[in-house]
Amino acid sequence: MTLTDDEMTQAEPDAGLEIGKDRRRKEDQRLITGRTRWTDNLVLPGMLHLAMVRSPFAHARITNIDTSMAKAAPNVVTVITGAEVADEQGGLPNAWPITPDQVTPNHPPIAVDRVVFAGEIVAVVAARTAAEARDAAELVDIDYEELPAALDLKEAAAATPENGGALAHPDLGTNRSALWTFDSAEAGTGGNVDEAIARARTDGIVIEREYRQQRLIPAFMEPRSTVVDPTGEQITMWSATQIPHILKFLLAAVTGVSESKIRVIAPDVGGGFGGKLQTTPEEFITFLLARRLGKPVKYTETRSESLMAAHHGRDQWQRLTLSAEKNGRVTGFKVELLADLGSHVSLVGGGVPVLGAFMFNAIYKFPAYQFNVQTVLTNKTWTDAYRGAGRPEATYAVERIMDELAAEVGVDPLEIRERNWITHEEFPFTTVAGLEYDSGNYEAATARAKELFGYDELRAEQRARREAGDRVQLGIGVSTFTEMCGLAPSRVLGSLDYGAGGWEHASVRMLPTGKVEVLTGASAHGQGHETAFSQIVADRLGVAFEDVEVLHGDTMVSHKGLDTYGSRSLVVGGEAIVRAADKVIEKARPIAAHLLEAAADDLEFKAGRFSVKGTDQGMAMAEVALATFAAHNLPDGVEASLDSDATFDPVNFNYPHGTHLCAMEVDTETGQVTMRKYAACDDVGNIINPLIVSGQLHGGLVQGISQALWEEAVYDDSGTLVTGSFVDYLLPTSADTISFDLDHTTSPATTNSLGTKGVGEAGTIASTPAVVNAVVDAVRHLGVNDIRMPCTPERVWKAIAQARGGAAGGGGQAETVGAAAPHFDESTGMEGTVDRTTGGSDA
Amino acid sequence: MTRINLTVDGSRVSDEVEPRMLLVQYLREKLGKTGTVIGCDTSNCGACTVHLDGVSVKSCNVLAVQADGGEVTTIEGLAQDGELHQVQKSFRECHGLQCGFCTPGMIMQSVDLLKTNPNPSEQEIRVGLEGNLCRCTGYHNIVRSVQHAAAATGGAQ
Repeated sequence: MTLTDDEMTQAEPDAGLEIGKDRRRKEDQRLITGRTRWTDNLVLPGMLHLAMVRSPFAHARITNIDTSMAKAAPNVVTVITGAEVADEQGGLPNAWPITPDQVTPNHPPIAVDRVVFAGEIVAVVAARTAAEARDAAELVDIDYEELPAALDLKEAAAATPENGGALAHPDLGTNRSALWTFDSAEAGTGGNVDEAIARARTDGIVIEREYRQQRLIPAFMEPRSTVVDPTGEQITMWSATQIPHILKFLLAAVTGVSESKIRVIAPDVGGGFGGKLQTTPEEFITFLLARRLGKPVKYTETRSESLMAAHHGRDQWQRLTLSAEKNGRVTGFKVELLADLGSHVSLVGGGVPVLGAFMFNAIYKFPAYQFNVQTVLTNKTWTDAYRGAGRPEATYAVERIMDELAAEVGVDPLEIRERNWITHEEFPFTTVAGLEYDSGNYEAATARAKELFGYDELRAEQRARREAGDRVQLGIGVSTFTEMCGLAPSRVLGSLDYGAGGWEHASVRMLPTGKVEVLTGASAHGQGHETAFSQIVADRLGVAFEDVEVLHGDTMVSHKGLDTYGSRSLVVGGEAIVRAADKVIEKARPIAAHLLEAAADDLEFKAGRFSVKGTDQGMAMAEVALATFAAHNLPDGVEASLDSDATFDPVNFNYPHGTHLCAMEVDTETGQVTMRKYAACDDVGNIINPLIVSGQLHGGLVQGISQALWEEAVYDDSGTLVTGSFVDYLLPTSADTISFDLDHTTSPATTNSLGTKGVGEAGTIASTPAVVNAVVDAVRHLGVNDIRMPCTPERVWKAIAQARGGAAGGGGQAETVGAAAPHFDESTGMEGTVDRTTGGSDA
Repeated sequence: MTRINLTVDGSRVSDEVEPRMLLVQYLREKLGKTGTVIGCDTSNCGACTVHLDGVSVKSCNVLAVQADGGEVTTIEGLAQDGELHQVQKSFRECHGLQCGFCTPGMIMQSVDLLKTNPNPSEQEIRVGLEGNLCRCTGYHNIVRSVQHAAAATGGAQ
């Protein structure tokens, strides 16, 4: 495989400008030499270490806890239980109650009386060393009385006190947390779905499907770690978190400690993917014990603890009904979801499926749409945002069912998309879900992706292999996706009952030496903010890239912000930096005018220099900075400062898009799947740093591919996490993956002056359906029309075997590969052998 | 407690350690060599990879007492005389890292790989790094980094 994405380097960036350059990252020097500031590196004088005693049961009453032996162990300082600190500990916050009547269980950081998932904290040991704390944790003696556990999502949704189904929280009387709905007829954005489906049942196509979004674990490489130092005037918390600012605010809100007395530092953070977008019990416990003991306290989780008790993602059942005319034009789409929240409604977990609600119409002009999600409590680890949060789930469903429609109509999957998508002349376009897409060009991205992939050649090879009855068949998967990212706008988030806004803050400070300090509220965990933000400021202020210092991840330094998630750093935080830099220029202008003895209006600012129009008179920003610092000769009433602040709150989300194509080889005898080729053309608007953008895409692609092929959090019948280590929870390795062929088109965003769109989640959102569509495409002619994720060899083999046994209907009866016709027929474009189970229900 | 003597990044050290102490704990907690990190507790992730007597090992898989008398190189000792190792330079050049948590282990493993196979194919690189997990890069640029280092040191990629 050639590594061609050097070609992503854009067309001729302006040689004088930083934006568009493949700048090597500023962050890397410390990371490649081992001088990184991980939270777990921190050692403070007198620091104590914590170990957590965790429940082995999914649901049980705690009948007795004996901590006496643990307390007597060497160098143990204290052992606490939930009951002992119940007065002191507030419940963990839920920032997104999606309906006014949402059922939200109280969420103490340490269980009191009852445990509700395997891995929940029951007692905490503080000792001189981590090893001593862990040893003593083994000595805490707890008696449990096991209770029936709500584990299966569908069963949990149906459980009531009357039917005897297990309830995750029996006191609540239900596992149903909230029902959230959207209907285009009611919202005035489209027609009535039920009418569209009824029409199609008599004169059209109706496809009903049920898809499973398996439970995933974010599995950031750096385990979570927290250190709290209560000595001094402020309480300082270091945490491996994505959200230092939100964490500070919520610590204050929950504990009653004044916000001004709390400082949160997220030093270098080793990945997040949404998994560190949380206020964790472990953080609250460390904070509480540090205050109680008056000493610095550290807690670092083990990987097993992380997999068991840091939040999980996805976990939905999706029931879909799509109606279309016979030519494949969609007339309506109805979506019914069950979403597993786990044992608690976590910080934003309840809202994740709501974010997805807006994406089920994807890139299409669906005329009628209805969405409803029932969130459900179970006795498992709670779920929350995981890379893409809601959008991958939606994109998977719609891109899978569009393939089913293509098969029904008998056309190429790209053709069915073309019949339904928004054309580039139609932007801006308001969708049936109520979003306004500002810009995009699906035709151009698709054309480029096809070329990069060698679409026609691979289709020809696929036909040849089918005709020859090869044991190994080739499948081609298509995913034409868009997503909404760059969270804000605050007003929209407010209308969805999200507890905070989505603005971002920046400060830009012109220093006396002519260097620049930039403070951003967008706190990075591997995305390269220091580099990309330096490029923006260098261009704006006309200073050298090396002369810009970007500071983040410390609430005392960058005191305001809403942190990093939802691909918002560049498009919201980057624009805040632009605006703060512009204010610096405007503050410098009257000073420069005064020194140049010219009128401020006569000055133009370009490439770091103020010039008097029409003359060769001028001075550099650095000279203005020094003169401002000296303040010997400032105009009257002008402050001696070139510091500036700005917050930015965009008027809209932004909508990256792209076409992803995947070729999978499927061994029809063993079910083994092998990726042959992956090519994609993405459109993320203007690109600040092509190197970073391609890196984000590569990582995102593998996370999405991994959902399709390998990853799944599995619980056994008693509620124990079976995939409790990296032995069982399969992260892909270098040997499992291939290199990618990527390119891009450019439709600048219209809602920020940089014209950029988010990229961090795009690859993950796009790749999962591309891969599964390819696997199904490889064996569709055998009668297979779905394989549940992850598409393990066993599942693929079973699907083929069932189809061959006739269970999956029509084409499944084919005994020899070559005997079945292709699922679409290019010669007619319309008629072909199709799976006639569609129109019925396989749910 | 057992006394051990070893050389770490060129310096001779001597310590009393508990027999159960892992080499990675010894490096981090006793020597403050925090460039080597712990990513899992099952020896799967490779984030703690160092060289012991010139060979890459997962330092969570070795007891400190087993390293007695040995020579250990960590990521902090890889650069020589202020000059980065070519593999370090290549990871930076090819954007072979994002969050950087797996990076020390990944670099140490790559150095060992190139020592035994100076001109590996893409597939040989992929298999050679199979014991080191990365969650950010999708491995694409890590593979390129190793190819780049091989080319820079005479391999014909």
